[in-house]
Amino acid sequence: MDNRIRSLKMEHITKRFPGVLASDDISISVGEGEVLALVGENGAGKTTLMNILMGLYQPDEGRILINDQPVRFRGPEDAFKAGLGMVHQTYMLVPNMTVTENVALGYRNTGKKRYDIKEVRKRIEEVSSQYELLVNPDAYIWQLSVGEQQKVELVKTLCLGARFLILDEPTSALTPQEVDELIVLLQRMTKELSIIFISHKLQEVKALSDKVTILRHGKVVFSGNTSEHSPQEIAAKMTGHEIILPRNAGSAKAGATVLSVENAVVMSDRKIPALNGLNLEIRAGEIVGLAGVSGNGQRELAEAINGLRKTESGRIVFLGEDIANCSPREIIDRGMGYIPEERNTEGIVPPFSIKENFVLKDIASPSFSSNGFVNGKKIDSTAEKLVSRFDIRCPGIDTAAGSLSGGNIQKVILAREIERKPKFLVAVYPTRGLDMGAVEFIHSELLKIRESGIGILLISEELDEIMNLSDRIAVIYKGVIQKVLDKNEATRERLGILMAGVKEE
Amino acid sequence: MLDIITNMLSMCIPFSVALLLASLGEMFNQRAGVFNLGCEGVMAMGAFVGMLIPFLAGQGGAVAPVYNVLGFVSAALLGVLFGLFFGVITVTFRAPQGIAGIGLQMFGVGTAGTLFRHFVGGTQSIPGISDIDIPLLSKIPFIGDVFFSHNIVAYLAYILVPVAWYILFKTYWGLKVRAVGTNPRAADSMGINVTRTRYEALALGGALAGLAGAYLSIAQAKMFSDTLISGRGFIAVALVYFGHWHPVQIMGGALLFTFAQTFQTVVQSMGISFPYELAVMLPYVLVIVVLSFTSRNQTTAPTALGKPFNREIRT
Repeated sequence: MDNRIRSLKMEHITKRFPGVLASDDISISVGEGEVLALVGENGAGKTTLMNILMGLYQPDEGRILINDQPVRFRGPEDAFKAGLGMVHQTYMLVPNMTVTENVALGYRNTGKKRYDIKEVRKRIEEVSSQYELLVNPDAYIWQLSVGEQQKVELVKTLCLGARFLILDEPTSALTPQEVDELIVLLQRMTKELSIIFISHKLQEVKALSDKVTILRHGKVVFSGNTSEHSPQEIAAKMTGHEIILPRNAGSAKAGATVLSVENAVVMSDRKIPALNGLNLEIRAGEIVGLAGVSGNGQRELAEAINGLRKTESGRIVFLGEDIANCSPREIIDRGMGYIPEERNTEGIVPPFSIKENFVLKDIASPSFSSNGFVNGKKIDSTAEKLVSRFDIRCPGIDTAAGSLSGGNIQKVILAREIERKPKFLVAVYPTRGLDMGAVEFIHSELLKIRESGIGILLISEELDEIMNLSDRIAVIYKGVIQKVLDKNEATRERLGILMAGVKEE
Repeated sequence: MLDIITNMLSMCIPFSVALLLASLGEMFNQRAGVFNLGCEGVMAMGAFVGMLIPFLAGQGGAVAPVYNVLGFVSAALLGVLFGLFFGVITVTFRAPQGIAGIGLQMFGVGTAGTLFRHFVGGTQSIPGISDIDIPLLSKIPFIGDVFFSHNIVAYLAYILVPVAWYILFKTYWGLKVRAVGTNPRAADSMGINVTRTRYEALALGGALAGLAGAYLSIAQAKMFSDTLISGRGFIAVALVYFGHWHPVQIMGGALLFTFAQTFQTVVQSMGISFPYELAVMLPYVLVIVVLSFTSRNQTTAPTALGKPFNREIRT
């Protein structure tokens, strides 16, 4: 049976949700061996469209054609049978089961009646050698890194017979090295497969795709060949206006040292040293970017500075006083600002309203409460002011913060931290997973804070972000600072080598 | 002295059966993501029905073994019904499992007691089932008494340990159960019916809890009373955590708890001057102490435990 997918088309797809037109007359088409990049800001309707393609939603209007034959998918099973497979943004893996077991879970969809774990294992080995996707079939998912888990997702999708892949933001949780690997891998796979991949990282779109379709507010605003358009053009079409990420152009006018970490030793969750006598100094009015492959102590450093993790030895001197092992309250009161890594679980209390999240750290201060009673009017007026000043898109200040998009949640956190007028700010992966518009906003805010004379420690995996914003760049490797470079000494290559642990002479 | 030890150890296996059955059932519930605190209530109903059938058949006198079998079967079926009922509340209507479980416990214990007074009246004993001495093996000194002269259900319950392990880790159904209890969204994306799988696990768990109750009334106490279960259902829930959702470790927990219990009865009967109230507490204190020191190993835990699944809601 010839079951190749020579072409896939979605024509005039319209989908309405209560109050929202999520897809408005969208048409896309992908030919055999082609890679289509579907780009757009968060909320542009990319994922909705793919959910329609996978049969999770039914379109109100329009149709799907495979090899020019109309098809109808009532559920994901129908889409599997037609040869479609999707790798979701949050991986659909069961952590306490092995790779083989995870694949076996869906094996019934391939028409197998019998449960034969050995056969599944053999199939995994075939697929992983065919596509050079190295996975250990007997490893438990919880033992694997995010990058490895993604390979498992790909292997799983292929084992279950996918000949057409849909990848929903496949690089959003990967380290830069893993992203490079993935791109090479996908380029190889396009020889045999067609791919739709959703992204808003334009380098990847350029590197991978043949065609690009740009969505904005549920509509196709542009379709064309990737090679004919520059990333800047695509970015402009995506957001509706020209995006130029701001750069730190200021000359170093850094003042006195605000924060200095001296010989800090901090343990990781697994009780092994994550910081091995780390030294770092940051002055007022400068941004120090901390570059490094994740897992080299970045999280532990940020948590130790904010009193969320015990400092075993060494000092953390903030404005002349040692704050190592002080309580978070004391550190906050001394003027420390913090944009945590996990914005949804550490940055906000999701069910609390936006206004409540704004005053989380200051509810006990006289400006918002007196004698144990909160001053509702003051909180409301502050919240209204922050929502408009930071352009937070929300139905109102009483909306639960957890219902906002990632970019808006990050703006809520940023607004809270800036409003407190901190003397220092620790920003951990501040733009991870955000779209270009939000990135632009956050970057320019960080630069504004810098201008006002506040020191910032910027922890990020995105080298472009670090190089654009930092005055100095410190490279962390295995819990110590490899080297601190001035911004004009830093190149991608040099940073990459330092991040890999190679010492410079 | 050896007599006392033999005596103590030979009580361990038969006395641990009810706990073992109930906690294996609870293990399937929890592996599928639902904890059933109502286990105690299901056991009470199982114990009542299990006792009622041989009692009515023999009016207190001897009965044909088939009535005991019938007692066990009806207890299991009733357990299935209770499990499915619990599924309607917690899986379909997504009620908070802790509260629903406490409700089921009170409903079961109360209903069993009320029906008992209506159909049986006062304390009545039944002949129950007798021990089987396994030929040859039971003649071995010490070991024979400890391992090879128990009733048939006790043997079957212990055979269930490897069977449960096989079901959980080596069958497709077990794979589904583990998946829906850990990452139901992933299971859903692979075309597995999360709701159905959870119902199935609850039915199996209920059946085992019903059997556990019937074992208490038919094989162990050979009677029914309001206080027959006396917290074993809750201990069974605790043992599942203690045993890390693994049948063999759960068996270890059931034996350890039963050993502590027989130990305290033996200590009391030996006339050692020790406040008996404290001795009675020993097994329960042991459970609390052991539970507080059990490692919170997230790598095996069914992480969706207690969380209702709703495809439409993103978390």
